[in-house]
This record gives sequence, C-alpha cells and structure tokens, in this order.
Amino acid sequence: MLQAYASPTERIWFYAHRVIAGLILLFLILPILVIVPLSFNADSFLMYPMAGASLRWYEEIIQSDVWQHALMNSLIISPAATLLAVVLGTLASIGLVRTEFPGKALLTAVLISPMVVPVVIVGVAIYLFFAPLGLAGSYTGLILAHAVLGVPFVITTVTATLQGFDYNLVRAAASLGANPVLTFFRVTLPLVAPGIISGGLFAFATSFDEVVVTLFLASPAQNTLPRQMFAGIRENISPAIAAVATILIVLSTLMLLTLEGLRQRSERLRTGKSR
Amino acid sequence: MTATTLTSPDAAAAPPPRDVPLKTRLKRAERRKKLLHLALIAPLAVFLLVVFLWPIGALLKRSVDNPEVSGGLPATSTALEHWNGQGLPEASTLAVFVKELEAARGTTGLASAAKRLNTEMTGYRSLIMKTARAMPLPEGSDLQAGLTAIDLRWGEALTWQVMARAGKPYTSYYLLAALDHKLDADGAIIAATEDQAIYLDVLGRTFWMSLVVTLCCLALGFPLAYLLTSLPTRSSNLLMILVLLPFWTSILVRVASWIVLLQSGGLVNQALQALGIIDEPLQLVFNRIGVYIAMTHILLPFMILPLYSVMKGISPIYLRAAQSLGCPPFQSFWKVYFPQTLPGVFAGSLLVFILSMGYYITPALLGGPQEQMASYFIAFYTNETINWGMAAALSTVLLGATLLLYVVYSRYAGQSRTPIKTR
Repeated sequence: MLQAYASPTERIWFYAHRVIAGLILLFLILPILVIVPLSFNADSFLMYPMAGASLRWYEEIIQSDVWQHALMNSLIISPAATLLAVVLGTLASIGLVRTEFPGKALLTAVLISPMVVPVVIVGVAIYLFFAPLGLAGSYTGLILAHAVLGVPFVITTVTATLQGFDYNLVRAAASLGANPVLTFFRVTLPLVAPGIISGGLFAFATSFDEVVVTLFLASPAQNTLPRQMFAGIRENISPAIAAVATILIVLSTLMLLTLEGLRQRSERLRTGKSR
Repeated sequence: MTATTLTSPDAAAAPPPRDVPLKTRLKRAERRKKLLHLALIAPLAVFLLVVFLWPIGALLKRSVDNPEVSGGLPATSTALEHWNGQGLPEASTLAVFVKELEAARGTTGLASAAKRLNTEMTGYRSLIMKTARAMPLPEGSDLQAGLTAIDLRWGEALTWQVMARAGKPYTSYYLLAALDHKLDADGAIIAATEDQAIYLDVLGRTFWMSLVVTLCCLALGFPLAYLLTSLPTRSSNLLMILVLLPFWTSILVRVASWIVLLQSGGLVNQALQALGIIDEPLQLVFNRIGVYIAMTHILLPFMILPLYSVMKGISPIYLRAAQSLGCPPFQSFWKVYFPQTLPGVFAGSLLVFILSMGYYITPALLGGPQEQMASYFIAFYTNETINWGMAAALSTVLLGATLLLYVVYSRYAGQSRTPIKTR
C-alpha cells in the first residue's frame, strides 16, 4: 500500500506498477474475451468487426455428427481416466503421507514425473508399447494413458490436503466413542474430500484437454473433442471452432468456481474446527 | 499371552517378560501398519510401472537397438563377430554370407538390412541388391573372387568392417546422430558432415526458445505476482481468478484465440494501425513471434503461482525496517525484498523451462518450419518416416535434459514448499 509519506518518485513507481500489472492481466484474459463474441458471428470469418449476431455456428456443431461423436468420446474417456487416477492416486497419497521409508522422496518424484516428461515422449512410448498388445486405437488404451497423465495432479493435491489434516481429530472422535467407519465418514472424509475433488478436477481437465497422446494412440473411432479441435484449427479455422471454444470456456469457468468454492469451504472448516 | 507368561511357573527363567513382549508387539503393530501403507502405494506404483515407466524404458532401449542387419542377415552377423577386422573375412564367413544372401533375396528383412547399411555407407543398399541379384555363385568357385567380380568393393576391408559394425545387436549410431556425430571407419567419433548435421540445431533451438519463453514469463510474472501479494486479500483473490481462468482454459482454445488476435486482419494489427504505429499489417502468427506470445501466455500462470506463494510468505516488516534505517526505496527492494523471492524465481523459471522444452502443440499450430522443437521431430520420426531408432535417440536426449532439470527443480520446490499447479 502507498504510504502517506511516500516521495513523488515512489508515487510514480506505485502507479506505474499498477498500470503494468493491469496490462499483464489484460494479456492473460484478452484471448478468452476475444473468442467468445466471434462464436455468435453471422458470417463465416473469425474477424472483427462482426457482421451481425446469430446462433448458426452453435446449430452447426450441435447438428454435426463429427462434433457429437468427438464429445461422446471425450465424455467416455475423461471421466473413466479421472476415476482411475483418483482411486489409485488417493490410496497412494494416504500411504505416502502416513509412513516413512527409505527412498520415499525418490518414489514421490517418480509418481509425479508424468507431469514433467515431455508429453510427446509419453505418447510415442505408450503407442509403441500398446500397439503389439492391441491396445493402440482402443478406448482402454486411451483411458489408461490419460490416467497416467492425471495421477500427478491427484498426488500433489491430495498429499497437500492430508499433510494439513490434523490426526488428533480422528483420535478425539475415537476417544468419544465413534467407531473407525463413522469417524472416516463424519470426520476424515469431509475434511479431505475437497482435496480429492480438486485433484479429480485437475485430472479431468488434463484428460479433457489432451491432444498429443491422443494423436498417437487414438484411431478415428476414438476421435476426442480436443483432437477434433486440433484438426479444425489446422485445416480450417471457422467460427464453429469459436463456438466449441466458448462452450469449453464456460466449462472451465465452472470448474474453476467449483475449485474456489471448495478451497474456501475447506479453509472455513479447518479454521472453524481446529481453533 | 502376557497373563499366561506371568503366571507360568518358569517365569523367572524366561527373559524379562513385561517389556520385551510389549516392545515386540509394538514393533509388530508398527510393521503391520507400515506394510498396510506400503500396500496402499503398491497399486499406483505397479500401474505406473506397467503403463508409464516400462514403455519409456523400452523406448529408450530402442535408441541403441540395432535389429535390421542382425535380423536380416543373422548368420552373417554372427560369423562376422568372430572376425578380427583385419584384411578380408575368412572363406567360411564368405560362404555363410553368400548362402544367406541367396536365401534372403527379395525378402523385406534383406531390404531393411540394406537400408540400414546404407545409412552407414552411401551406396551399400545398391551394392547388396546388385550382389543379391547375381546370386548364386557357381558351385565350388572361389567366393572372394566371385564377389569381387560382382563389385570391387567386396575386395575392400572397409565394406566388411561396416557390415560387421552394423550387424552388432546394439549401436551408438542413433544417439551419436542425435548429437550430429557418427563413427568413422576406424570406429572413432567424428562430427557429421554439414548437410547431415541438423539435430544440434534443433536441440539448440529448443533450449533457446524455452529460455526466451522463461524470461518473458519472469518479466511478466514478477510484477503481477508482486502486485497480487501487496493487495488486500479480497481484491487479490478476485484478480487471481483472472490468472487462473486462462490456466483452466483448454490450450487449444487459447491457441485458436491467438490466431484470431494476431492474424493480419486481427485485433492486434487493427489496433496498431489505428494508433498509427504501423502502416502495413505485421506478420505476427505462423512465425516465431506468434509461438513466443502464445507459449508465454500458456505458461505464465506456472510462473505466477510459485512466485505468489513465496512472496506471500515474505514479511513486509523487513522492507519497512530497511527503509526506516534510511535505505532508499529501490535499493531496499533490490537488496532486502528481491533476494527473498529467489526460491520462487528459481522454482517458477525451472518449471516453465522444463514444460516449454516438451512443447509440441503450440509450435505445430502457430509456428513455421523454423519454430519446430525437439518434440516435433520425435513425432515426425514416429509417424511419418517410421525411423524409431532416431525417434528414440532424440527422446533420450530430450528426456535426459528434462530429468536433469527436474532433479534441480525438486530441490528448489522442496525449499520453497510450492506444490506445482496448486495454490
């Protein structure tokens, strides 16, 4: 904050900093603001000024078999991959937080490494491994590969939540006569659930936006939404792409708001209960 | 159990009964608990081992695999392993070769062996094909003379040395090629000729572009993170949503938006023209500028989040103390505040650098041929030319560089306690 005794130079710096930060925020948000109106463009150019408003591009993608098929595939693959990543990742996180053993840091680094290994390498490696097993070009193969990419996000968020979890609460519940099952559902789960859900959201977003591994692994039958968009941008970028983009922006806004709500709720729960 | 031990008549003879069983029981219980927790980790560890680590290991192994010649001409390759490389191979080896070549004529195995030999020595493919067509040699004739009659090169030691080297089950050929080097006839490592040397250029470009993107992210991320820390919680939370919304938006959506914004009739060019800064539209997309802009935009949140969480933990008291002791504002910022942000600066920069090294989608959609990074060539060799050895060797180099930086990153991230991607 600007102090009352600040010198003129400090005042200039203060406001200059705000202007610069404002411009950076504009840079961050501009691409999202720009594409939404164009999805309502009446003519077929992705350019301003717009010719007029219409819903024709939304109509087009809703009626298009290709986009519907892609959406269906994404809605099969992403939830399945998320479920797999969340179950495996949560179990492992509990094990990692509650025990010490030699090589734990190394194991954690390995479990998180799918996040940093270049995704093309993951794609090529899994493709060459799956092809002889008949898993390339199958839903199972894609779900397994997407789960691998989602696991690190589940691990990082769930271990962070568990580290903040006060184990005395479980002891208190037990000393007050609650059995372990009741304790788990009434004490542990409400406090840990936000972490698991946000990890799941991260894993879902990763899979729902995944192109590279899909390009290697999927046959046309498993064409997903991002892959269809990739093809669309590459071949013929039309307002239909902007319409899909707008739908995806709405979806990511919803996910972000859910996450923000969860974070605030868990903060409230934690500060309210432990003090 | 304890009770029976205590009341048993020979209790005095037994080792002190009270604490030993308790100790062992405690130990046992702890061991059981530990095993239970390890059992919780096991499913994920097995899953990643099978679907992630094993495939990557297999891919890396392909960079030294050398199956073509040893698969296409197996008996000859084995026979040549016993040859000392001096002069010409013995007659028995020649007999094996001539017999195998005749049998393999027209097979795909021989074709890929010839193709592989050609990468070691230009002209070897046609030599093999020509010789195979001339088979069989007359019964009982001198094989060396017969082969030399087909082509003089069969009389040179070099021809056989190349085949012996290419017939080994493992090769350093692809890894050396990925670094623009090769083995010469004597087995010494030499630099590749200029027309073949492309990979160091690609790797250098990958590093350079990642570095530029990292510096851009730092230049934009630092002031913004600093502002977010200095604002009251309510407004900083609100502005943080503006940072997180693009972070959560699909990369393809953002790439599409940048094409729209930067194209020659796009908003950026329109604005610059309206302001009178330029007369002609600038080429901002499908070249390096476009790739830099979009990659900076995509990776900026990865810089801001670690910076923010480190800056949030820095007490403003230090800065005030410095100023109350008479330090000028800029100097107190530079000497007192900035050094405390360094863990965040390093963590954020390493993270952005590591992630940008593996970029594929953004350069592929927004760049020209000169903007394609290492990942593009890995995909190219896998999908288009089906040269898995080369794809594997480039993967090995890229993965090695990435993992090295990841190890450094883990150290810093541990220090600054910044969970990646979370607030």
